Amino acid sequence: MSEHLGGPHGSQVGLGTAENIGDGSSGEGEAQPTHFAFDEASEAEIEAILTKYPPSRKASGVLPLLYVVQGQMRRQTGSAWVPRVAMDVVAARLEVPPIRVYEVATFYLMFNTNRIGRHHLQVCGTTPCWLRGSEDVTRACRDETGIKGWRQTSADGMFTMSEVECLGACVNAPILQVDDDYYEDLDYDRTVALLQALRRGEKPQPGSVIGRITSAPEGGPTTLNTIPIAGE
Amino acid sequence: MAKLTVDGTEVEVPNGASVLQACEAAGVEIPRFCYHERLSVAGNCRMCLVEVEKAPKPVASCAYPVADGMVVKTDTAVVRQARRGVMEFLLINHPLDCPICDQGGECDLQDQAYSYGMDHSRFAENKRAVKDKYLGPLVKTFMTRCIHCTRCIRFSSEVAGVAEMGATSRGENMEVGTYIEKALTTELSGNLIDICPVGALLNKPYSFTARPWELRKTDSVDVHDALGSNIRVDARGSEVLRILPRTNEDVNEEWLGDKSRFSHDGLKRRRLDKPWVRQDGKLRPASWPEAFGAIAAKLKDLPGERIGAVAGDLCDAESMVALKDLMASLGSQNLDCRQDGAALEGGRRDFYTFNTTVAGIEDADAILLVGSNPRREAPVLNARIRKRLNQGGCPVAYVGQPADLTYAARHLGDGVAAMEDAAEVLRGAKRPMVIVGQGALRRPDGAAVLAAAWALAASVGALTPEWHGFNVLHTAAARVGALDLGFLPGPGGKALPAMLGGGVDLLWLLGADEFDTAAIGADTFVVYQGHHGDRGAARADVILPGAAYTEKGGTYVNTEGRVQRGYVSVQPPGEAREDWAILRAFSAVLGKPLPYDSIQDVRDRLAAVNPVFKTLQDLPHRGCTDQAGPSGDPAGVGREPLQPAVPNYYQTNAINRASATMAECTRTYAAPVLQAAE
Amino acid sequence: MNNVETIAVVPTILRRGGAWFSALGRPKNAGTKIFCISGHVNKPCNVEEELGIPLRELIDTYAGGVRGGWDNLLAVIPGGSSVPLIPKDICDTVLMDFDSLRDVKSGLGTAGVIVMDKSTDVIRAIDRLAQFYKHESCGQCTPCREGTGWMMRVMHRMVQGRAEVEEIDTLEKVTKQVEGHTICALGDAAAWPIQGLIRHFRPVMEERIAQYKAARAPRPMPMAAE
Repeated sequence: MSEHLGGPHGSQVGLGTAENIGDGSSGEGEAQPTHFAFDEASEAEIEAILTKYPPSRKASGVLPLLYVVQGQMRRQTGSAWVPRVAMDVVAARLEVPPIRVYEVATFYLMFNTNRIGRHHLQVCGTTPCWLRGSEDVTRACRDETGIKGWRQTSADGMFTMSEVECLGACVNAPILQVDDDYYEDLDYDRTVALLQALRRGEKPQPGSVIGRITSAPEGGPTTLNTIPIAGE
Repeated sequence: MAKLTVDGTEVEVPNGASVLQACEAAGVEIPRFCYHERLSVAGNCRMCLVEVEKAPKPVASCAYPVADGMVVKTDTAVVRQARRGVMEFLLINHPLDCPICDQGGECDLQDQAYSYGMDHSRFAENKRAVKDKYLGPLVKTFMTRCIHCTRCIRFSSEVAGVAEMGATSRGENMEVGTYIEKALTTELSGNLIDICPVGALLNKPYSFTARPWELRKTDSVDVHDALGSNIRVDARGSEVLRILPRTNEDVNEEWLGDKSRFSHDGLKRRRLDKPWVRQDGKLRPASWPEAFGAIAAKLKDLPGERIGAVAGDLCDAESMVALKDLMASLGSQNLDCRQDGAALEGGRRDFYTFNTTVAGIEDADAILLVGSNPRREAPVLNARIRKRLNQGGCPVAYVGQPADLTYAARHLGDGVAAMEDAAEVLRGAKRPMVIVGQGALRRPDGAAVLAAAWALAASVGALTPEWHGFNVLHTAAARVGALDLGFLPGPGGKALPAMLGGGVDLLWLLGADEFDTAAIGADTFVVYQGHHGDRGAARADVILPGAAYTEKGGTYVNTEGRVQRGYVSVQPPGEAREDWAILRAFSAVLGKPLPYDSIQDVRDRLAAVNPVFKTLQDLPHRGCTDQAGPSGDPAGVGREPLQPAVPNYYQTNAINRASATMAECTRTYAAPVLQAAE
Repeated sequence: MNNVETIAVVPTILRRGGAWFSALGRPKNAGTKIFCISGHVNKPCNVEEELGIPLRELIDTYAGGVRGGWDNLLAVIPGGSSVPLIPKDICDTVLMDFDSLRDVKSGLGTAGVIVMDKSTDVIRAIDRLAQFYKHESCGQCTPCREGTGWMMRVMHRMVQGRAEVEEIDTLEKVTKQVEGHTICALGDAAAWPIQGLIRHFRPVMEERIAQYKAARAPRPMPMAAE
């Protein structure tokens, strides 16, 4: 259905029709906001994103645009998620039917369709991380935040904890992804320390918490030693 | 063409055909769920896997293009194992609902499990369940049964043009639905029920009513719009339980509009099942002889010019020719079939038919709609326009109220004159079409609009011996048949407006309910012959109960001018009778019996009145041999904006106004403002 | 779309010549590969080496060897979670290239070398991979959408031992029903790890089942007083 939208960017969409508004598949039934509009920072990001695609293929921008929504929600509300009305805004911007955006937003777990805490703790539990102690990391998260189960938020609203599948950094296992950053080579104590730092409002340096240089072995690289490494 | 071998049989199929199509050409059955001839290929059910020599693993035949010299094997151990495997996977999470599922007996999953599946289950885990979704008053959902074939999703966006169905979430949590529970906004939603291979999308009004083997299936023709969709009427006993489309590539393909499909509950309500006679201002039941006597008494000594007849929108040709002959025997020239006041004339057929033909739409390369909203007037025809547009290279423009037609269409303006803006595009096209709707003709300047549209078509080269691009899209199923029979004022005769307000002393309404009956003169004696107690019957002095379209064998001419026939499915209720038979019986009472005693005689009479009635079903694609236009003066076109002919798709005649399902649809979809002839 | 690893090696090939690159490794298995060594090794790391390097040499030289020594090795998944595992006796001698691993019914895959020592519950390791595939399945085609869920649930029971021995055969047959019948290779990838487990560690699975039964052996029925 073509929607006639006002404004230069057409990004203000209210919910006008008599529909049952519910998160159809997750069924958690939280109240959804009724308005969403991209702010200036988002618009700048969107402009840069859409230049990558030919105009007839701008629908390809659905993934990055949903991520822009999530980032804006984090900026504005402290919770990084994608409200349904924002999906409609993305659909209108990319001139695709809204259902196509709903499909993408619900397919990928990187989009939260419900509110989450200030920090999203994503523990990789797949076999390589499991072999290196992801269960200890999980235990540390539970103990430190009080969260009982996956996809739940701590009582103080600081953390939401999810189990995720392989994050692709297996040689630095176990991994905890906090929002967009990987914290690697963790164990129980280091995880607790990390969470306490986050709670204090700090942003610890992402990457290997034991000081490895990316995926080089512990103790430093054993190959290509004669070539200086950038940053040294 | 490509030549390949399927199970040892050599077949030749066009290049670009799929292996599945080649197998079908070879007469080999390939099981499938997601493949549908009229939808894009998905290839996700994996049931159609076959072995192709030199391919390392079995291929999905629906998605694998043929190649010359290919050797295909469909009955090897590998293929049988693959089919059993896929069948097993489909059944592990499928609920054991057969006993309570409406699809039982006509279920693809049952049929293919029986033919290609295993005879036992090895699944020992818990099955998943899925919440049901609300899709509107017509389509019932049992989403736990969904096998994720995605046919409904593809139909929704490709054929119906409303992309509302999708697959949200992922993996075994994938759910098919609209995500935001809202009623589907397409007039073709009932077709989802047909294409869903399992009992996930079901006919809501028909729920838990019958099993398919209990039903008596009769071929017929739809009368709720003028497309003449071919239907199959399923009845049990004396009740019509459901209506399904019949495949006709030329008219409705495999589809049927929702109004045509779901109005049948109106066939049981507000029925006229006995004659009524008005006495002292009130209608009272009467017997046939009484009713006939009352009319005969009124007709005695009444000159022909004081008698008039109006044919409604649902009439079969047989009853119309009988009424016309009756009027002639009474000396009356006052006949009219245009109860909506549309400026149509008889005579040249191509002034009032859809000349390009529905199938011909697929050859068009530019379309102009004048006062027509095909989405509301004939949604299956609209889907055919959409089908053409999906192939690209056919711009569409329209004049009239802004509307969402489910495809990109340029709105040129609200008034008729704006149609000239399309001239350039139409002229540049090789096969342009102009479609004139009733909204353009039901106006004081209707004749001028018709002539102007014809002139435009002629000027842009739409009228050639090879291509006839001038089309009238009717809304009334009976209209073209009536025009073919000449159910119009004869020499010196009155049209409907002149018959009103006391223009005639006896007015015979043959199922005519779509005009303002309050305008009939207070002293006019009204005979209403029809099947529902609607506006016409409310005004009548004598009511003669007739048969609805499912209750009589009738001939209907669709908007293309195609003559089609429907057959009796159930008997009319009570004392109601077939309409031509009523007129024949009455003519005997008058002492002027009509010259036919059997339906075959009536049909011979039809052919005698107009030879078009000799040919059933076929309608060759024709060109235009005479560019002279209709009699109106194009200069007389007014400036008033065009009004829609069908403001509420769901309630347009006495049957669907009596339907509870259509009332529910109106509440859900259309602003509940009564449209009208009022 | 292109693999970063492929593009990253292009400048070196251009600089040093295609012949130099093809001379590394052996015919049809030429060039280098970035091996990603994870799991129960002392120093997990990424390292680029010549194709055909023996697995043992790879692990010992670059990853500090198996935790607890080579003899503490239980099994290795040589090519990422999609390929079947190989038990220690094959790991002793196998070379890391396409043909060598295919000959032992595994595969080089992505050269993601996942090392598991004897402390590993190998059934749980493969079960977690089954869970991974069920989670990642897109849901389009029937065998993967339904099959990965089924395989995961059976594997969950295999971890507990809460199954019948015959179900191991059924599970294997189910993997064969998924393999080769899907739109994309995720179906094959989901099937192969389980096939590897059954091929090399069936005794462990059967023992787990026996243990479960023994732990839940019914107590003798109390007899009513006569």
